[in-house]
Amino acid sequence: MSELLIRTRPIRTLKQTVRILVMVATTFLGLLLITFLIGRIVPIDPVLAVVGDKASPQVYEKARIAMGLHLPLWKQFLIYIGNVVTGDFGTSVLTANPVIDDILRVFPATFELAGTATVIGILVGIPLGIFSAVKQGSFLDHVTRVIGLFGHSLPIFWLGLMALMLFYVRLDLLPGPGRVDFFYEGIVTPVTGILTIDSIVAGEWEIFRNAVYHLILPASLLGYYSSAYLLRMTRSFMIEQLRQEYILTARVKGVKEWKVIWGHALGNCAIPLITVIALSFGTLLEGSVLTETVFAWPGLGLYLTNSLLNADMNAVLGSTIVVGAIFLGINLFSDFLYKVMDPRAR
Amino acid sequence: MKKLFLFVFALSLFVIQTTHASTPKDTLVMAFNIDEIISLDPAEIFEFASAECAANAYDRLINYNVDNVSEIYPGIAESWDISDDGLTYTFKIRKGVTFASGNKLSADDVVFSLRRVVLLDKSSAFILTQFGFTPENVKKTITKVDDYTVKIIVDQAYAPTFFLYCLTSTAGSVVDKKEVMAHEKDGDLGYGWLKTGYAGSGPYTLRTWKASEIIILDANKNYWGDAPKLKRIIIRHIVGSAGQRMLLEKGDIDMARNLTADDLKSLEKNEDIKIQKRAKGRVYYLGLNQKNKYLKIPEVRQALKYLIDYKGMEQTILSGKSTLHQAFLPKGFLGALEEIPFSLDIEKAKALLKKAGLENGFTLTMDTRSAEPVTSMALSIQSTFAKAGIKLEIITGDGKQTLTKYRARRHDIYIGDWGPDYMDPHTNADTFARNPDNSDDAKFKSLAWRNAWDIPEMTKKADAAVLERNTAKRARMYLDLQREHQRISPFVIMFQDIEVVAERANVKNFILGPSFDSNFYQYTTK
Repeated sequence: MSELLIRTRPIRTLKQTVRILVMVATTFLGLLLITFLIGRIVPIDPVLAVVGDKASPQVYEKARIAMGLHLPLWKQFLIYIGNVVTGDFGTSVLTANPVIDDILRVFPATFELAGTATVIGILVGIPLGIFSAVKQGSFLDHVTRVIGLFGHSLPIFWLGLMALMLFYVRLDLLPGPGRVDFFYEGIVTPVTGILTIDSIVAGEWEIFRNAVYHLILPASLLGYYSSAYLLRMTRSFMIEQLRQEYILTARVKGVKEWKVIWGHALGNCAIPLITVIALSFGTLLEGSVLTETVFAWPGLGLYLTNSLLNADMNAVLGSTIVVGAIFLGINLFSDFLYKVMDPRAR
Repeated sequence: MKKLFLFVFALSLFVIQTTHASTPKDTLVMAFNIDEIISLDPAEIFEFASAECAANAYDRLINYNVDNVSEIYPGIAESWDISDDGLTYTFKIRKGVTFASGNKLSADDVVFSLRRVVLLDKSSAFILTQFGFTPENVKKTITKVDDYTVKIIVDQAYAPTFFLYCLTSTAGSVVDKKEVMAHEKDGDLGYGWLKTGYAGSGPYTLRTWKASEIIILDANKNYWGDAPKLKRIIIRHIVGSAGQRMLLEKGDIDMARNLTADDLKSLEKNEDIKIQKRAKGRVYYLGLNQKNKYLKIPEVRQALKYLIDYKGMEQTILSGKSTLHQAFLPKGFLGALEEIPFSLDIEKAKALLKKAGLENGFTLTMDTRSAEPVTSMALSIQSTFAKAGIKLEIITGDGKQTLTKYRARRHDIYIGDWGPDYMDPHTNADTFARNPDNSDDAKFKSLAWRNAWDIPEMTKKADAAVLERNTAKRARMYLDLQREHQRISPFVIMFQDIEVVAERANVKNFILGPSFDSNFYQYTTK
């Protein structure tokens, strides 16, 4: 019996891998098709974005043919798939750069913001969630839950504007929109694209300080949203674990309470929590669209918004696919972590 | 753990103690909506913000005085003369001019730049090609006589100012031939590179452009004229008037370029801020599609012109940002007509509609892009039309969406704006009063064409005006043309745009010209 198991395992793994690959490919194709069709169905002439309103018909026609828009739709789609597979998302009309270069340029800004926000979310949300679960029903539990509820229901752009009004305009505690004071922009040469790291690399301490300062408000806001979500999830995971018999056993055995909570119960929540954190990070990456607009934060969200408003279809499709791919990646990654950390899931 | 805490604590102290810094003394920071920019190549630039940058980063052969447009003064060309038959223009090129790259500027660069516009044939190329230059003939029509003389031959004896004004536009910028050709790829004349690059000789150099984010201009150390006063100009893309106003009030920017009438009003009382205004060439108008069975009736067109609350809109929605104007040539142009024959007169409109047998009302749609001030204007127009029984349905859409429909002539009414391309009156006559071929697949598609207005007679008059070399007579021709146009055309011209800049009180000498490509930073100080 055991021999049989050992022999079939590689085959099973192979089968699983193929299944996952097929799933990823289908999801991706679906994503491509939908984004492509949206781009073609909207009643906006993409040639206009290239040549502007005042172009002569000859200039217009030349651009239309150069963009391949005279071909039948299915042919355009095939060409598009072919290009995307080879990593060519076309050229952005708005920036005159290849879309992939643009995305690589703006993505670190979003990553920096979403990363910081996730750290804040974890540091605030998980301890509060645990606290809430342990002191279930207490006054503080209710307060925490109300704060969490707010974080889940208030629109982020509104909260962003209010926070700017308060901390920037009224109290003068924190800086306004932008990744750094405007006159500091363009001084540090991007290495990683993450400004707080690049400024250290360049030894520009003033800019580093300024960048951190600028990061506080938007990251805290996004972090608040992420912590509200993590809080609710942690609370329910913990409540479920604390009801289990092994917790009772541990307590009976005289294990210290903090060890029961932080070791036993939280240890068993760790796996679902990782998934939740990964998903919340993914949501922040795409969810920062509005925050980036409010804070004039030059990341993927702002890039996507600008491209949409200017009918820059290549850029819109490119960013959508990248966001989709990141989501797929995060899902696969958390599945993988599951398997590594939980022997039962193997 | 304790050490980590201490570190974090120290770090946050380091960060928090930052005091609020204002912008540096040698740098001008402005908030400006720059997401329309698609190129920095002078052969392609056709948008407000990029044209402004090019005006400060490139030199042209000649320029016009922003305070007296009829005065044309030398730029890269020291002097010029025009042959008696009106066909040949000869320019003497200034000696001792160098590009920012250090290369010397000569006739070669001028010839290359002008030919390049024709050869690349981008959106703005018509400004030059309308003089008969084609990719096939440029070798003969735009030529170098010697290292510092350039000869240009046009195809007809146009009014000289027509050609000269066209040379003052962005398409007439002189680029550094050596620098551009060093970046040429597959015979593209350096277009792929210059789209985001820089090869000029102006007071400022274009250092960085990140689309929809930022433009940075640095003072050009090799500049041949008066050295620019400020070291750096930073143009930051900020969406929305509220954001720009907030940054300006806090002193994080020195200048805000896209404030709404409301925000401007509330800044008037602020002593740290001053407001600068200048009438620009852009006009707001309604285009009435002649394919519509109601709009093609002359009385209906006339009636609609009496159904607009011009005064009311000027004082509320457009307060301080537009001025009443009803002819296709904006004030400041040669021959501009300043008469205001139309005002809100519901009885008169009703009488006209009755004459057309439409006293019981009818329905029209109006394509409106969802951006201020046009959305508010549309609402006002809707309410005044209703008073004469015309039901106006407003169809809102994104700018490119409504434009797509307009260009395909599928609208009833289009509310929009039009900015002149160069300072000669022909620019607007060409689009508002010329339509050589009204068929659906016409080669030339002016605004008159977009509204399917078939006007062979008026087209001839406009063609005659551009060939009139006597300036006074030419001005009269345009005045007559506009009067006729005002009366019968399917264009309800309503307002002329005023550019308003709000700046910190310490900013001085930011020059606002009559056109978007004549705003200058060279003498600005703070």
